[in-house]
Amino acid sequence: MTKIFVDGKAYEVKADQSLLQACLSLGLNLPYFCWHPALGSVGACRQCAVKQFRDEKDTRGRLVMSCMTPAADGTRISIEDAEAAAFRKGIIEGLMLNHPHDCPVCDEGGECHLQDMTVMTGHDYRRTRFPKRTFHNQYLGPLINHEMNRCIQCYRCVRYYREYAGGHDFDAFSSRSQVYFGRYQDGVLENEFAGNLVEICPTGVFTDKTLKRHYTRKWDLQFGPSVCVHCGLGCNISAGERYGTLRRIVNRYNGEVNGYFLCDRGRFGYEFVNSAERLKQPLQRQDGKLQPISKARALEALAGLLADPKKVIGIGSPRASLEANYALRALVGADRFYTGLSASAARLTAVALEMLRRGPARTPSLGEIERADAVLILGEDVTNVAPRMALALRQSVRQQPMRKADQLKIPRWLDHPVRELAQDQKGPLYIATPAATRLDDVATETYRAAPDKIARLGYAVAHALDAGAPDVAGLSEAERSLAARIAEALKSAERPLVVSGPSLNSEAILQAAANVARALSAAGRAPSLSLTAPECNTLGVTMIGGGSLADAFQAVKSGSADTVIILENDLYRRASARAVDEFFSSARHIVLLDSVTTPTVQKAELVLPAATFAESDGTLVSSEGRAQRFFEVYPPVGEIQSSWRWLRDIMMAAGRREAAAWQDLDAVVASVSDGIPALAAVAQAAPSASFRLAGAKIPREPHRYSGRTAMLANINVSEPKPPEDSDSSLAFSMEGVFAQPPASLIPFFWSPGWNSIQSVNKFQEEIAGPLRGGDPGVRLLEPSAAEPRAYFTPASEPTSGSAGEWLLVPLYHIFGSEELSRLAPGIAELSPQPYVALNPEDANALGVQEETSVTLSLESVSRTLPVKLMPGLARGLAGLPAGILPIEGSGLPAWSRISRA
Amino acid sequence: MEKVLTRYIQPDGVPLDARAYEQAGGYQSVPKALKMAPKEVTEIVKQSNLRGRGGAGFPTGMKWTFVPTGPNAPHPKYLCANADEMEPGTFKDRLLLESAPHQLIEGMIVAAYAIEADVAYIFVRGEYVLAIERLQKAVAEAYNAGYLGQNILGSGFSLQMYVHASGGRYMCGEETGLLNALEGKRANPRTKPPFPQVSGLFGKPTIVQNVETLSNLPHILNHGPEWFKGLSKSEDAGTKLYGVSGKVKRPGLWELPMGTTIRELLEEHAGGMQEGLAFRGVLPGGASTDFLTAQHLDVKMDFGGVQKAGSRLGTGTMIVLDDRTCPVGMVRNLEHFFAQESCGWCTPCWSGLSWAEQILTSIEEGRGRPEDLEELEFICKFCAPGNTFCALAPGAVEPLQSALKYFREDFERHILAQHCPWRTH
Ligand SMILES: Cc1cc2nc3c(=O)[nH]c(=O)nc-3n(C[C@H](O)[C@H](O)[C@H](O)COP(=O)(O)O)c2cc1C
Ligand code: SF4
Ligand code: SF4
Ligand code: SF4
Ligand code: FES
Repeated sequence: MTKIFVDGKAYEVKADQSLLQACLSLGLNLPYFCWHPALGSVGACRQCAVKQFRDEKDTRGRLVMSCMTPAADGTRISIEDAEAAAFRKGIIEGLMLNHPHDCPVCDEGGECHLQDMTVMTGHDYRRTRFPKRTFHNQYLGPLINHEMNRCIQCYRCVRYYREYAGGHDFDAFSSRSQVYFGRYQDGVLENEFAGNLVEICPTGVFTDKTLKRHYTRKWDLQFGPSVCVHCGLGCNISAGERYGTLRRIVNRYNGEVNGYFLCDRGRFGYEFVNSAERLKQPLQRQDGKLQPISKARALEALAGLLADPKKVIGIGSPRASLEANYALRALVGADRFYTGLSASAARLTAVALEMLRRGPARTPSLGEIERADAVLILGEDVTNVAPRMALALRQSVRQQPMRKADQLKIPRWLDHPVRELAQDQKGPLYIATPAATRLDDVATETYRAAPDKIARLGYAVAHALDAGAPDVAGLSEAERSLAARIAEALKSAERPLVVSGPSLNSEAILQAAANVARALSAAGRAPSLSLTAPECNTLGVTMIGGGSLADAFQAVKSGSADTVIILENDLYRRASARAVDEFFSSARHIVLLDSVTTPTVQKAELVLPAATFAESDGTLVSSEGRAQRFFEVYPPVGEIQSSWRWLRDIMMAAGRREAAAWQDLDAVVASVSDGIPALAAVAQAAPSASFRLAGAKIPREPHRYSGRTAMLANINVSEPKPPEDSDSSLAFSMEGVFAQPPASLIPFFWSPGWNSIQSVNKFQEEIAGPLRGGDPGVRLLEPSAAEPRAYFTPASEPTSGSAGEWLLVPLYHIFGSEELSRLAPGIAELSPQPYVALNPEDANALGVQEETSVTLSLESVSRTLPVKLMPGLARGLAGLPAGILPIEGSGLPAWSRISRA
Repeated sequence: MEKVLTRYIQPDGVPLDARAYEQAGGYQSVPKALKMAPKEVTEIVKQSNLRGRGGAGFPTGMKWTFVPTGPNAPHPKYLCANADEMEPGTFKDRLLLESAPHQLIEGMIVAAYAIEADVAYIFVRGEYVLAIERLQKAVAEAYNAGYLGQNILGSGFSLQMYVHASGGRYMCGEETGLLNALEGKRANPRTKPPFPQVSGLFGKPTIVQNVETLSNLPHILNHGPEWFKGLSKSEDAGTKLYGVSGKVKRPGLWELPMGTTIRELLEEHAGGMQEGLAFRGVLPGGASTDFLTAQHLDVKMDFGGVQKAGSRLGTGTMIVLDDRTCPVGMVRNLEHFFAQESCGWCTPCWSGLSWAEQILTSIEEGRGRPEDLEELEFICKFCAPGNTFCALAPGAVEPLQSALKYFREDFERHILAQHCPWRTH
C-alpha cells in the first residue's frame, strides 16, 4: 500500500498502479479515453490530466497524465485544480472539433463514454467554425457497424484488435487529424473477438449491427444478468430485451471468468431466441402432423402417458440448466434419467470430472489461465471450441516476457514500453492438434498429428518431467526432443497450465494431459489443468449423473422403457441418424421439451415450448467447475415456460404431489443442492429470491426506461401491473433504489454520470479486480487432498487404418459448430458450408483440388462433398466440420475412404 | 577560424573516398579509440562538453553513460545516426551527409565503440537521394577498408552499419518515432521512461544521435576535449554549422565558433537583407523555435544565449522574416506543415494544430474574426510542453505564440481589414 494525496486528502492505495487507476478505484471521477483497464496506459488522448505537486510547499505544480504517472508513495495531485480542469475541458473541445455530434441518430447514444466524459468535464460549446473531416465507412461483416466520422482517435480499437486480440486485418491508417481505423478494404473482420470493439470503442464508431436491426437505446432495454449458453466457459453476459424480443448481449464483467471481453459467438449468437424456429405452443401429433394444443390438453395427455412410470425414461441435456435436468430426473427417477450425452462424450466427461476431483491439478478460472506462464495444449482448437479461453491464452504468452519489464522497473500497466521491450518474444505455448489453430501465431512450437499421436506426445512430456511416468515407444527423434522442450518449459514455469478436452473424442489425450499435470506436480510444481466442455452445462449434467444416450437407447431396445421424455436436446446431434431413427421407432411415446425446432421435434408425439436462457432462470456449471446462475431477462410469452416448470406441471398432472413444493426457483435449487451432494454448493451461486436491496427488489430496467405506461396501450389503455418475478430478487420494473446489487444480480452496469459499460469501474472492489462482494459463481471442483491417482498407461501402439484409409477428424468452427448460435442470421452467414478438408499434398496425391467433389465413405454411408485444402492439417487426416453435417456411424474420428466423385 | 566539421569538404562538394579521406587525416580516431577502454572514450566526450546538435542540446557523453555496458549488458546494442532533417529551414546535416560521409561513419564507429554497440543505422531523410547514394558508397568503402564489419582493425570490436532511407515524415526525426519507423511501425513517439538508452530499437539499448553531433567525434578524439572547448566563443563547446535562409543577400551555411551572434551571421556571413527589405524577425533555430526580433540581434547563438532571449538554438539554422513578407502567411505555412506532420497520437497536437491552421488560413484569406486570436492563444497553451506526448507540438506552436506576441498588430490588421495587407489584389 502507498499513500497518495488527492486534492489535499490522504488515501491508501495499492502500489504498482497508475494514478488514474488509483483514483478510479477510489471512486473519484476522472475522465479518460485511451486507457482501458485491460489494455493499460499509453498517454494518447491526454484526457486524464491532473495537477501534480512536488511536495507540500509546491503550489504551482505541473500537469501530468494520471494514466502515465505511477501512484508512488507520497504523490500529491489535484483533480479539481482549475488549470487541470480547464485542460481536460479543452481536450473534449479538441476531440469535438471533428465529431459529427449526431447523438440522436447514433447507436452509442445514451451509453456513450464520449457523452459521459463531455458532461464530466463541463465542455458545452465548440468554438470552431470550420468544416469537419469526413471518412468512408466500411462494410465489416454482418455483426459490426462502422461509422468513422465519430472517431476521436483514442487508438483503443487498434490496440485491442491487434495487440490484445492478435488480429491482423485492422489497423490505424494515415496520420494527423485524419487517422483512419479500419480494414485496408471493406470486408468481414476476421478476428473472433471483433465484437468487443463495440465496447472498447468509447464512441459510436463500432456498434452492434445485430442491435441496429431492432434498435433500442440502453435506457429502454430491460436487462437480465445471464450466462452465455454457447460454449462451456460460462462467460457472464447482460442481455437486453424490449417488446418481447431479445435485442443484444453485452459483456457482464466477472473478474475471474470473462473479465471485459466476450467472443463473437457469445455476443451475437443470441438471435436464436427471436428466430422463426422458436417453439411457442404445445404441439401434439395428430394424423402424423404436429398440431397446436392447449397447455391443459398437453398436460392431460402427459398424465396419460405417465400412467406406468416404470416404462418412462428421461433424457436430459448438456444445454439445459441443472434445475431442468434435476426436475426431469425427479420426474422419471434417478435410475431412469440419462444425461443426454453421447456415449463417448459421457465417458470423456466422466473421466475429466474424475481427474479434476482427484487432482493434483486444479481447474483454473479464465483469469488464472490468462496469468499462466507456460502452456501446453493437447488436442484442442481452443479458439473454435472454447473461444474466450483463446483470448486468455493469448495474454498468457506475455507473462514470461513481462518479467523482463519488471527487472527494468517498467510498470506492467505502461503498455507500450512493455511491448517494445518484449518485441516478438512470447510463450512458452505449445500446441498439439491435428490442424492449424488460430493461436499458432503466438505458439512457441506446434505439433500436427492424429489424436493418438497427440496423446503419445503428451505421455512423452509427462515421462520427461518425471521418470516415474510411463514412457511411450516408437517416437521419432524430433518428437522426443519436442517433448523434452515442452517438459523443460513447463517445469521452469511458475504457473504451468495444461489445456485439453474431449474435442477429438480421445480418452488417451485426456489421460496424457492428466499424466503431464501429475508429473508436473511430482516435479514440485502446482499445475493447472483446464479441460474444455462442449456445452454450457456438460459438466453440470454429468455431475447430476445418469447413463448416456446409448444406455437410453438400450433401455428402449430391451423393452424396459417405452416412453421417453427428452429435455432440450436434439438427439440427431449426438448419434447417427440411423441409431436415433431406430430409437424413435422403437419407443412408443416421445415427449420433447425444447425452445427451438430441431429434427428431433419431427419425431415427437408431444412437444412443449421451453423458455430459452433469456426467459428463464437456472444454474449452469462451466468447464472450470463454476456454478453460475442466469436470470430471466423478460417473462416468457404465451405458453412458453421454463423446462423445470413444465416438468413440475407434468408431475402435478400425474399426481406427483411432491412437485407442489417447486413454486419458485429457490425451491428447485434447494432440491438440487440437497439431492446431489456434488452440487450442494449451487445454492450459493447467487442470493435467493428473498434478497432485498435496501428493502426493494432490483430493477431490471434503467430508471429512465421510457414508455412504460404506453407500450402496451394498443392492448389495454390501463397500464398493466408489471409481471411478478417469484424466482429472483430482480423485478420486471424500473422501480427500485440505486445501489450496487450482489455481483451475480447486476442486470446492467450504470452509475450516475457513467452511462456506458465503463461504469463497471464503479462496481469493482478495485479497477480490474473482483466485483464488490466477490465475483459471481461458486466453484464446485477443488482437487482432493488424497493421494493422486496412479499414472495412466499409454496404449502400446497408435491406432492405424488399413491402406487407403483416411482418419476423419472433426474440425470445429466458432461460427457453425454450436447448435443454437447457428440460428442467429449473422452467425449463420459466417458459418462454413460442408466440406472435407485435406492437406494439399494429400489432395495432390489423390488428384483433387480445392472444390473438387469427392465421395467420402465411412462405415456404410457415403456422402459427396467439396474438398477444402487445409495446409495445416496433418498428413493422412481428413477433416469434417463439426456440428454442421449429420453424424455418421459412431462419430469422429473414424477411418474413411475418399475418392473422386 | 579552424575548420573542423567542414575540413574534409571539397569545393565541389564531392566527398573524398575512403583512401583520400585517410590521406587527409581521416579515420585516425578509430585506432585511437579502439586502444582505449570504451568508458575512456565516453569520458573524453563528456569532458569535451559536446551537446547534441539535433535540437535538444542534451550533453552527448552523459547520454552514453545511461547505456548499460559490460558483460551483462543486453545485446545487440544499437547506434542510430539521425539524418532525417525535415525541420523546415534546416539543411546543415545534408552538407555533412553529401560531402563528408566518412567523417560521419568515423564518428559513428567511435560512438558505437564507446557504448559497445553491435549495429549502427544511418536513418536518412528519404528525399536526400544524393546523400543516400554517397553514404551507401562510403559505408561499402569503410567495410572494405576494415573500419566496419568483424574485428575492426584487429581490436575484437565488430560493428555492422546500414543506411536506411526514411519513408518521409517529420516525426521520423523524433528519436523514438525514428525507432518505431526503423522497426517498421507507425512513426509515433514512444513513452519515456524507459529511455532508448535502456530499451530502444527492438527493445535493446540504443543511442540516437544527430549527424552533426556524431561528425564532431573524430576531432574530439584526435585533438582532445580542451581543444574542442577552445574552438567556441561561449560556454557551449565546439563549432556549429549555422544556416541562414530568407530574403538575405547570401543565404547559406557556415561553420563558425559556437556562440557567434545573430548579427554577425546575418550581416557578415549572409550579407544582410536584400536591397529594399528590412529585417523584422528571425526564427533562430529552425521552424520550431520562437521568433526573435531586432532587439535580439546581439544574442549569441548558443544554447543558453538563445534560451535567455526566449527562443531555442534548435538546429542553429535561422529563417529570416522581412517586412515584405506577411508574418501571418509565414506562420500559416509553418502550421500547415506541422499540422500535416502531426503523427496523430495526442489530442492537443492533432486537433489543435489543424484547428490553428484553419484559423490562420481564414485570417490570411480575409475571413478572420476578433476571437480568433484568443483561440490561437488557447491552442498555443494547449500544446505546451508536458501537455502533449512529444516535442513536436510544443515546437510547432513556438513560431505561432511568438508571432502573436511580436506581430500582433499584423494579425489584427488582417482581421480588421478582412484582407491580407501584403496581398495586392
Ligand atoms: C518532431 C521532431 C523532429 C526531430 N527531427 C530531428 C531530425 O531530423 N534530426 C535530428 O538529429 N534530431 C531531430 N529531432 C531531435 C531528436 O528527437 C533527438 O533529440 C536527437 O536526434 C538527439 O540527437 P543529439 O543529441 O545528437 O541532438 C527531432 C525532434 C522532434 C520532436
Ligand atoms: S474508432 Fe473508436 S476506439 Fe478506435 S480510435 Fe476511434 S474512437 Fe477510439
Ligand atoms: S467463450 Fe463461450 S461462453 Fe464465452 S462468450 Fe464465447 S461462446 Fe459464450
Ligand atoms: S505531439 Fe502528439 S500528435 Fe504531435 S507528433 Fe507528438 S505525439 Fe504525435
Ligand atoms: S487516459 Fe491518460 S492520456 Fe488517455
